[in-house]
Amino acid sequence: MQGEFIIKQISVFSENKPGRLAAIAEALEKSSVNIFAFSIAEANSFGVVRALVDKPDIARSVLEKLGFAVQFTDVIAVRMKDEPGGLYETAKILGEAGINIEYAYAYSGKEAAVLILRVSQAGEAIARISAAGGSLLRESDLG
Amino acid sequence: MRCWDPRIEEMPKDELSKLQYRLLKTLIYRMYSFSDFYHVRMKEAGVHPDDIRTLADIRLLPFMYKSDLRDNYPDRIFCASRDELVRYHVSSGTTGKPTVVGYTQKDLDLWTTSLARALTSCGLGRGDVIQVSYGYGLFTGGLGLHYGAERIGATVLPTSVGNTERQIELMQDLKATAIACTPSYLIHLGEAAERMGISIQKDTHLRSAIIGAEPWSETMRTRIYETMGVRAYDIYGTSEISGPMFSECSEQKGIHIWGDIAYPEVIDPKTGEQLEAGEPGELVMTVLQKEALPMIRYRIGDLTRIIDETCACGRTHPRIERISGRVDDMLIIRGINVFPSAVEHAILGISELSGHFMIEVDRKGSLDAMLVRVEVVPEALSDKINDLINIKRKVEHVLKNALNVAVSVELSEPGSLPRFEGKAKRVIDRRVF
Ligand SMILES: [Zn+2]
Repeated sequence: MQGEFIIKQISVFSENKPGRLAAIAEALEKSSVNIFAFSIAEANSFGVVRALVDKPDIARSVLEKLGFAVQFTDVIAVRMKDEPGGLYETAKILGEAGINIEYAYAYSGKEAAVLILRVSQAGEAIARISAAGGSLLRESDLG
Repeated sequence: MRCWDPRIEEMPKDELSKLQYRLLKTLIYRMYSFSDFYHVRMKEAGVHPDDIRTLADIRLLPFMYKSDLRDNYPDRIFCASRDELVRYHVSSGTTGKPTVVGYTQKDLDLWTTSLARALTSCGLGRGDVIQVSYGYGLFTGGLGLHYGAERIGATVLPTSVGNTERQIELMQDLKATAIACTPSYLIHLGEAAERMGISIQKDTHLRSAIIGAEPWSETMRTRIYETMGVRAYDIYGTSEISGPMFSECSEQKGIHIWGDIAYPEVIDPKTGEQLEAGEPGELVMTVLQKEALPMIRYRIGDLTRIIDETCACGRTHPRIERISGRVDDMLIIRGINVFPSAVEHAILGISELSGHFMIEVDRKGSLDAMLVRVEVVPEALSDKINDLINIKRKVEHVLKNALNVAVSVELSEPGSLPRFEGKAKRVIDRRVF
């Protein structure tokens, strides 16, 4: 089953205004939503906040109530080997399969560092990484 | 009937130009001889009637302004004696004194003829019941449309404004096929009917609406058609040129300006220079045959452009586009005229945006900087920053092409820009002059 390795990321569009980011973090905290991973991509005046959380549906409704535009995005999470070249290896597997990495960010998981990938074909990426002996996380493995 | 007066309305363009020149020349001689006001104005501009040798020479003539009417309140620039006048209309000025317009019998006849042609071009005529829900009285809308509708042999239902429930009852009982009113009243009437459990589309005979005297848009036209099954036609005029006079034809691609009645020009509001057909600018009207209060190169203050090609309906008279805004709203950015309405028009064509926007103007050093904040619709948002940057670039590109001046664009969160009821205040100009 490839579907079990697809993880729901929340993507929040935000203007680069003072306090906007803090508002997102505060709202999630107040609703007891745990943030596992967090990344911000920004242009001059606006950016996208991406987060993996334990309760994505609650996070989405809380943020939408505050007027944020929120989307779910399918991403995959790869457990990084605790040795040099881990990132390179994953990128190489995907590159050879013609799968585009739109963006990636990492966080330190329970046992090892975790690489979050947003790719052009998530299902295909999961198959390739698994076949090459890579270790993927399920939503329940996050944290 | 296709044309009220096919001989005039389908007159070859060169013949029409000759007729316009003859009428203009007559008008200018008359004004120079009988109007103290315009005589002085021509002297000041150094123009004599003999200098007008072609129709294009109209650009030599001095402008008239709304303030001319106000400054000469109530009737000091009239060109007819009191016993020749058969009616007054008065428009309440938002600032200062009202303006008074007087009419001779011939003025009223021409106004009515103009509207008879306009209403016929919208497909109305004998057998139609036209409900006139413009105000009757000092305002020109009610009486103007009333006489125009009678002239084409339609039956007039003179309801004037107000008492909307009764209007809807009468509309049903007397089988009104058309209504003349402001766009906001039409929408109000539609909503009131709905509350009464009446569907304009299914329970009435109403099929057309002649609406004007307020700004409205293509979006409203679509909404009126979808909710009421009514085709809405744009009508244009202002009391200084008589009242509502000109409308779209059944093609709905611009408002025909009857060339034997008025000569429209579009100018650069800053320099006063005449612009080519198709270029946007300020509408200037010369009413060619008015007796009591002739208006020459009158600067109404509305923005539009002239469409010079012959209309698909066969009428040769020039058209103007729907009024896109007021000159007072114009910004000058690095020497270029920028109209907020042009920004709006450009933005409405971009599917990733909600249509709401704000313009902020600052001066950075000696340069003007214009920023347009736009709202992205939720469907167009992406988790990929490049998608967003591409939307921003696309909007910048579209605006640069539309305005001829570089502007920076910022994307705002959906729903975050101010919403306006009535007149929108979308410009924040922080420049200090
Ligand atoms: Zn036409």
